[in-house]
Amino acid sequence: MEPRYERNLPALTEEACQILRKKRVLVVGCGGLGGHIIDQLARIGVGFLRVVDGDVFEASNLNRQLLSSVPLLGISKAKTAADHIARVNPDVAVETAEAFLSESNAESLLENCDIVMDALDNIPSRRILAAACEKANIPYIYGAIQGWVAQAAISMPGDHLIDTLYPEEIEITDKSVLSFTPALCASMQVCLCVKLLTGLPVETGTISYFDLLNQEFEQITIV
Amino acid sequence: MIEVRVFATLRQGRDKVTMLPSEGITNAADILHLLHIPSEEVSILLINGFHQKPESPVKDGDIVALFPPVGGG
Repeated sequence: MEPRYERNLPALTEEACQILRKKRVLVVGCGGLGGHIIDQLARIGVGFLRVVDGDVFEASNLNRQLLSSVPLLGISKAKTAADHIARVNPDVAVETAEAFLSESNAESLLENCDIVMDALDNIPSRRILAAACEKANIPYIYGAIQGWVAQAAISMPGDHLIDTLYPEEIEITDKSVLSFTPALCASMQVCLCVKLLTGLPVETGTISYFDLLNQEFEQITIV
Repeated sequence: MIEVRVFATLRQGRDKVTMLPSEGITNAADILHLLHIPSEEVSILLINGFHQKPESPVKDGDIVALFPPVGGG
């Protein structure tokens, strides 16, 4: 076992670590959730990451986005994510797509990936990504944040979690996110991803819901 | 009585738990109306722990939980 992975043991078995080295993960979004997700997946030793974001860093990202910093304002989030992965763990192969997810590129972005991480910041894009995962028969690790609240879940093909959570009439006006909320949500998403990829028992059809303001945690049966 | 629990931002101006007399309440939409909660502000609606729609029936003794939508990243 390489020294960089020693502290994965014995929480993960050597076999599980080797499995992770062979896995390919798509991360859609390199902002609040995506920065933490990419960092954690690279550190734990996932073999391949495809990171996607068409945006550049701006000042309003600095309160919460791990990969953002003042010198990087105006710089591509996806390219910054790739640079970060290379600094953290050069063993991880990276592909970068400096593009926003759309119906026209979703299928190609999912190609040859074992699992998809939702690090998006809006509902229409989540609908596109969830539909593409459904079509490609790939598990989708959902995460969403707002203010003090985070929620994360595994959506297996056939679960239709996004359709259930976001009916057409749903409306969100609050754009606030605090620094600790994406870190918590991303950690839960990466935890679910690692468990699923290594064959550890997972609970599907439920959402982990965290209200940090009221210090409440709920496991909600949804599917 | 019907026990209604609201979460996160739905608590602004409302109690965490409200006990409503079941008379006149036939479905979850009636509860949303009584608590002045627009349906587009509810993403997860649980009746006795199971996700349901606003038109789903509720009866005396039920526990209803309402969660607002969360969509950022």
